[in-house]
Amino acid sequence: MASTAPQSPAQALPTEWRDFFTLTKPRVMTLVIFTAICGALAAPGAIHPVLAFTAILAIAMGAGGSAALNHWWEADIDAGMKRTMNRPLPGGRMRREDARDFGVFLSGVSVALMGVAVGWLAAALLLAAIVYYAVIYTMWLKPRTPQNIVIGGGAGAFPPLIGWIAVTGEITAMPLLLFAIIFFWTPPHFWALALFVQSDYAKVGIPMLPVVAGERATRRQIMIYTLVLAPIAVAPWAIGATGWVYGSVAVVLSVLFAALALPGGARMRAEVDAMTPEKTLFRFSIVYLFVLFAALVADRVAANLGWLA
Amino acid sequence: MSPEEEAEFRRRQKSRNLVVAGTLLFFAVLFYAITIARIGDG
Repeated sequence: MASTAPQSPAQALPTEWRDFFTLTKPRVMTLVIFTAICGALAAPGAIHPVLAFTAILAIAMGAGGSAALNHWWEADIDAGMKRTMNRPLPGGRMRREDARDFGVFLSGVSVALMGVAVGWLAAALLLAAIVYYAVIYTMWLKPRTPQNIVIGGGAGAFPPLIGWIAVTGEITAMPLLLFAIIFFWTPPHFWALALFVQSDYAKVGIPMLPVVAGERATRRQIMIYTLVLAPIAVAPWAIGATGWVYGSVAVVLSVLFAALALPGGARMRAEVDAMTPEKTLFRFSIVYLFVLFAALVADRVAANLGWLA
Repeated sequence: MSPEEEAEFRRRQKSRNLVVAGTLLFFAVLFYAITIARIGDG
């Protein structure tokens, strides 16, 4: 990881440890950790608290490792965008190979840790998630298709699945449904943001949907994914895997999400436009995911305490 | 290397060493706890 060999004047000094921490995308990691914990807490069965902690730690480290690989691969792209030009690599504070080695090392340790401490099914899924994000998404599909956000959503959908399977040790319908919920939630969430935030993606050649297919197509896609998401979000209750606590919350949230997505989907931007429906939809999408997963855990806790007969 | 650069070099090296030491210590304790937990399981 560390090298003191000077590459440029800025590289004569060893890289600050904080820059390695930045490579792991700590803000993205908070959502990863939250959904992974919810997956583990909502799963039926028991796991030793130390092993549960280790499972969450391994998931977080895997997310950090693949994020570092993303920094390594996209250093040139990041240099061309205002939002990312001051990251450790484009900022010239770190050697590119160091980011790659750090990412590979962190990813490898996370998978080994999961395998040794928790189980090899969870470890294999963690490895799949890392390869999916770092290779399939970052290197292959992100620069090639305007559906890149849909593909990227798959990477974010792994943590609750792995958290659940770390506890149960088997793949069942419920962890797959949790995966599907985040998978179909991501496109409306991200595209709502993309509609009102001016980004530099076009400049660096990443084909984001609003840029490539236009605003009308983006709005239609938001509506479609929101409508597909609703039955999937309610499904855990419909198949009897959760109680009415989760079921009622899922129904209410789905109706609200659709009610916010449909007006935005039908309209077009005016000459002067505050983009209020899009901003509201984006903010609500965050609340939606947070409350939905919290309800999942609350449902399990209520069932364990015998409140749900 | 000027004295200022030398001092900065040492400061960064030291803070990195401390982070690595802390991480290693954390993992030593974690693996001890994992071992106890797994033996207890079974």
